[in-house]
Amino acid sequence: MTEALKLVPKAEAAQTMKDFKSDQEVRWCPGCGDYAVLAAVQGFMPSLGLAKENIVFVSGIGCSSRFPYYMNTYGMHSIHGRAPAIATGLASSRPDLSVWVVTGDGDALSIGGNHLIHALRRNVNLKILLFNNRIYGLTKGQYSPTSEIGKITKSTPMGSLDAPFNPVSLAIGAEASFVARTVDSDRKHLTEVLRQAAEHPGTALVEIYQNCNIFNDGAFEVLKDKQQAQEAVIRLEHGRPIRFGTDDAKGVVRDHATGDLRVVDVTPDNEADILVHDAHAASPTSAFALSRLADPDTLHHTPIGVFRDVERAVYDTQMADQLEAAVEQKGKGDLAALLAGNDTWTVVG
Amino acid sequence: MTSQVSSPAEQAEPGEQPSGAAPPSAEQPAEQEPSHLSPQRAPGVGPGAKSVRKLERVIIRFAGDSGDGMQLTGDRFTSETASFGNDLSTLPNFPAEIRAPAGTLPGVSSFQLHFADHDILTPGDAPDVLVAMNPAALKANIADVPRGAEIIVNTDEFTKRPMAKVGYATSPLEDGSLDAYRVHPVPLTTLTIEALKDFGLSRKEAERSKNMFALGLLSWMYHRPTEGTEKFLRGKFAKKPDIAEANVAAFRAGWNFGETTEDFAVSYEVAPATAAFPAGTYRNISGNLALSYGLVAAGRQADLPLYLGSYPITPASDILHELSKHKNFGVRTFQAEDEIAGIGAALGAAFGGALAVTTTSGPGVALKSETIGLAVSLELPLLIVDIQRGGPSTGLPTKTEQADLLQAMYGRNGEAPVPVVAPRTPADCFDAALDAARIALTYRTPVFLLSDGYLANGSEPWRVPEAHELPDLRVQFATGPNHTLADGTEVFWPYKRDAQSLARPWAVPGTPGLEHRIGGIEKQDGTGNISYDPANHDFMVRTRQAKIDNITVPDLEVDDPHGAGTLVLGWGSTYGPITAAVRRLRAEGVAIAQAHLRHLNPFPKNLGEVLAGYEKVVVPEMNLGQLATLIRAKYLVDARSYNQVNGMPFKAEQLAGALKEAIDD
Repeated sequence: MTEALKLVPKAEAAQTMKDFKSDQEVRWCPGCGDYAVLAAVQGFMPSLGLAKENIVFVSGIGCSSRFPYYMNTYGMHSIHGRAPAIATGLASSRPDLSVWVVTGDGDALSIGGNHLIHALRRNVNLKILLFNNRIYGLTKGQYSPTSEIGKITKSTPMGSLDAPFNPVSLAIGAEASFVARTVDSDRKHLTEVLRQAAEHPGTALVEIYQNCNIFNDGAFEVLKDKQQAQEAVIRLEHGRPIRFGTDDAKGVVRDHATGDLRVVDVTPDNEADILVHDAHAASPTSAFALSRLADPDTLHHTPIGVFRDVERAVYDTQMADQLEAAVEQKGKGDLAALLAGNDTWTVVG
Repeated sequence: MTSQVSSPAEQAEPGEQPSGAAPPSAEQPAEQEPSHLSPQRAPGVGPGAKSVRKLERVIIRFAGDSGDGMQLTGDRFTSETASFGNDLSTLPNFPAEIRAPAGTLPGVSSFQLHFADHDILTPGDAPDVLVAMNPAALKANIADVPRGAEIIVNTDEFTKRPMAKVGYATSPLEDGSLDAYRVHPVPLTTLTIEALKDFGLSRKEAERSKNMFALGLLSWMYHRPTEGTEKFLRGKFAKKPDIAEANVAAFRAGWNFGETTEDFAVSYEVAPATAAFPAGTYRNISGNLALSYGLVAAGRQADLPLYLGSYPITPASDILHELSKHKNFGVRTFQAEDEIAGIGAALGAAFGGALAVTTTSGPGVALKSETIGLAVSLELPLLIVDIQRGGPSTGLPTKTEQADLLQAMYGRNGEAPVPVVAPRTPADCFDAALDAARIALTYRTPVFLLSDGYLANGSEPWRVPEAHELPDLRVQFATGPNHTLADGTEVFWPYKRDAQSLARPWAVPGTPGLEHRIGGIEKQDGTGNISYDPANHDFMVRTRQAKIDNITVPDLEVDDPHGAGTLVLGWGSTYGPITAAVRRLRAEGVAIAQAHLRHLNPFPKNLGEVLAGYEKVVVPEMNLGQLATLIRAKYLVDARSYNQVNGMPFKAEQLAGALKEAIDD
C-alpha cells in the first residue's frame, strides 16, 4: 500500500462494486455523464481494499455534489463551494480516513475558488474530483467559469464575456502536487487516473470532462467521437514520448526559442525531439505548457492523463507530526499546570 | 474579582462610592487598620523615610504613543499588582493602527488599571493617576481625569512641535491649565538615557526603555513587588541580554528616582484584598486567555481532540495564538484562507468526532453564517466564538460593543436556532467556554459564545479551579444500529433522536456499519434521507427549534435584598459596571434589583416570571437595545433600554445616574 493510504484501515473481506452502492435512488437526468463517473468510482473502490467506513465523500452544491448520497460510505453534502474547506478539517483531524471531494466547475472554480487553490497549495490528503461540464446545470443553464467566451446561455443572451479558467493550469499554478484530466465516457482511462490519484500522498485534483446532456450537450464530443478524437486527444503516459493522431503521426516538441510546446508532424528528423512525458518532473513548467496546448474553443490537442505527480510534504501528516513533536518536547499536556501558569498567589481561608 | 449575583452585595464597598471632585484614593487615607503585608509580598526595596499613605483603591492610567509600549507597561504593573494580592480590573485601549502617526491623538494608546484592597468590579471610571508620555497622551486623556488627580508627564516631549501637532499653542505645563491637578513634571526620556549611558546603546535604543523607567517610578509609588518584572524582562530579551539589562536598569532607575527625588514625597500602600478572595490559588487572567484555557479544558473533559479552524481577526486572534501553543494537549489549530474556511474546517473536524471551534469577531460571523446554518441542519457540535467589536462593517476593530446579539440569534437564512452563551467577566470566559461546550456536545448543535473586546483584553484575578471542579463533558458516539425496520432488519438512522435531549446520534467515520450521508438539504425525520415532503419539513423545523428551546440552563438568579420595584437586567460584559452602579445606589439607600443573563438562547425558564415581578425593567447594553428587543418580544414587558455605543464600557457613576433616573421616573 502506498504512503497515501497506509494509515487507512483495510477491509477485512474482499469487496465488490455492490458494497459501495447506497440504497438511494440516483436522481441525475437520464443520460447525464455523472452516471458513468459514479459507476467508475463504485467499480474502482473495491480495488483499493480500504475499510469502507474509513472512506468519506464530501461535496458542495451542484448536480455532481449529489454524488455522496449514492456512495455507501460516510458522506457529507455541504454548501456551495466549501467542500475543500470542510474536507480539510476532516482530513487534517483524522489521518485514518480516505477523504474524497466531489465538486463541479461552478462549485470549485467560481464560488469555491479560494478553498480549492488553498487546499492544493497546502497539499492536504484529499482527492478532488472536479466534474467539468462547462455549464451550470442545477440552476438550469447559466454559463460557468469554464464556459468558452461568447457562450449563449440564459444569463448571456448576447454571449458571455468572461475568459474561462483552465482547471489544470489553475491547479498547477496553485502548487498542486497531482493534477490529471480524464473523460466521463472513457471508463478505463477514468479508472486508471483515479487509481493514481488515490495512491498519491497529498491533494490530487482530477478534472473530469463530463457531459451535461440537457444544458450543454456534446461539449466534449470532439474528444469522444472515435474519428475526431484521433486528432483531438493527446494521451499522456509517464515516460512515453507524447505522440497522437492516426498512427501516432503527430507529436509534441519544445520550441527552443520560446520554451513553449507545440504540435508537429513526426518525421524521422524530429522523432528524437518528441517530448517524453515526465509527470514526476520537479519543475511544473512542462506540465503547465501541456495544459496550454488545447485550443479552448475547438478542444483540439487536449491532453488527458496525469499531467503532474510529485512528492511534497503532506499537510495533515505534518500537522500530526507537530503534535507528536510537541509532546516529545514538552511532555503530554498537564491541564492543572497550564491553568495555574507561572505567576500564582495563594489565599488561605 | 467578581462576586456572583447570587451572593447579595449587602454592603456597598466604600471604594465604589461616587467620589466627588477629589479622588478618594489619593486624598483620603483609609480609615481601617492597614492590612498586614506578608514578607514574600513586601517590595524588594523599602520606600525609605518618605511618608506612606494607605489607600483602599487606586486607578492608574498609562498613556502614550502606540509605539511607547504602554500595553506592556500596563501588563507588567498588572502582574505586579496581581501577585501582590490586590483585586484588580484592567482596561486596555488602543488604536487599530499598529503604528498610527507618532505624536498624534489617534495614535494614543492607553492602559487603565484599577486595584484595591477589596472586591472591585470595573477598571474604574476616572483615573487617580495619569501617566502621560507625550502631549498627545495628555490631550487625549485629560478630560477623563478628575481635578486633584496626579499627572506624571514626560516633560522631554513637551517641546514646540509635538505640542503644536495636537493643538497646544502654549505649554499646558506652564500656562496654568493644569493648576487643578497635582502635576509631576519628569524628564523621562533624559533620565532614561542618562541611566543607560554605560550600556553603549544608541540614543534611540536607550529611549525605548522610558516606559520601564515610568513603570519603575509607579512601582515605587505603589510599593509593587519588582522581582516579577525583572524576571520577565530577562526572559523576554533572553536573546539580547544587553537590552534586557538596559530595561532592568531603566526600571530600577525609575524606582530610585521616586525614592530620591523631592517631587515624590509620598508613596502609597494598597493592602492585599484578602477578604475579597475565597481560599485558593489565584492568578491574573485576561478574557481571551481564560476562554482559550476553557476550550483546552473542555477538550480534556470531553476526552475529545480540540480542533480550531480560524482566520485572524481583531480582537479574537489571541485565542488562535494561544491555542496554537498547546499542541501537546492534542490541540490542532488551522489558520484557514478565510473566515468561511475556518468554520468549514471546524465543521469537518466535528463530523470526524473532534470538539470543534471557530473564533472570530462580528464581520467574520457574517461570513460564517451559511456554514452555521449547515451546522444547524447537520446537528453537529460546534463552538462559534464571537469576540464582539464595534460595527457595522469593519467598524471599530479594537473597541468593544455588544451589537452582535441579534446577529447571533437570527443572522441566518431559514429557521436556524442557535444557543447563545455570554461570559460576564474576563475570568468567567473560562466557565462560559465549558458551558458552551456542554451544550454543543449534549445537544449536537452549534453554539455561540459571545464575548467582547472589553472582556477579551481586560483582566482580573482568577481562582484556578481544581481538576475535580471541572464538569464531565464526555459523550457517547454511536456504535451500532439504533432502529429496527418492520421486517426486523437492524439499521442505523442518523436522525433518530434521543427522546430527552432531542439530540441525534453522533456517528463518526471509521465506525463500521454506520455509514451514512448527511447534508444541508432537508432530511426525513429518522432516516436522514433527502425529503421534500411538506409535512416532514414543518416537523423538522419545529423539532430543531424545540431541541434548542428545551436546552437545560440554570434559572436566573436575582439579587434583590430590599424588595425593589425596579430590576436592572444585563448580559455579558456589562456585569461589572452594572454591579458597581447597583452598589452605589444601594449605598445611597436606593432599592434596586439586579439580574444578569449568561444564557441568551434559550433564556432561563424563570425569566418571564422574574420580569413580571417588577414594575420597571431597565436593560443597559452597549448596543441600541438588542436584548431589550428580545425580551419585549418574548415576554411583552415594557423594558427600557439604556444604551451606549461609544466603543467603551459603561462607567459605573454614569450608569448609577441613569438607573436612578429610571427608578424616579
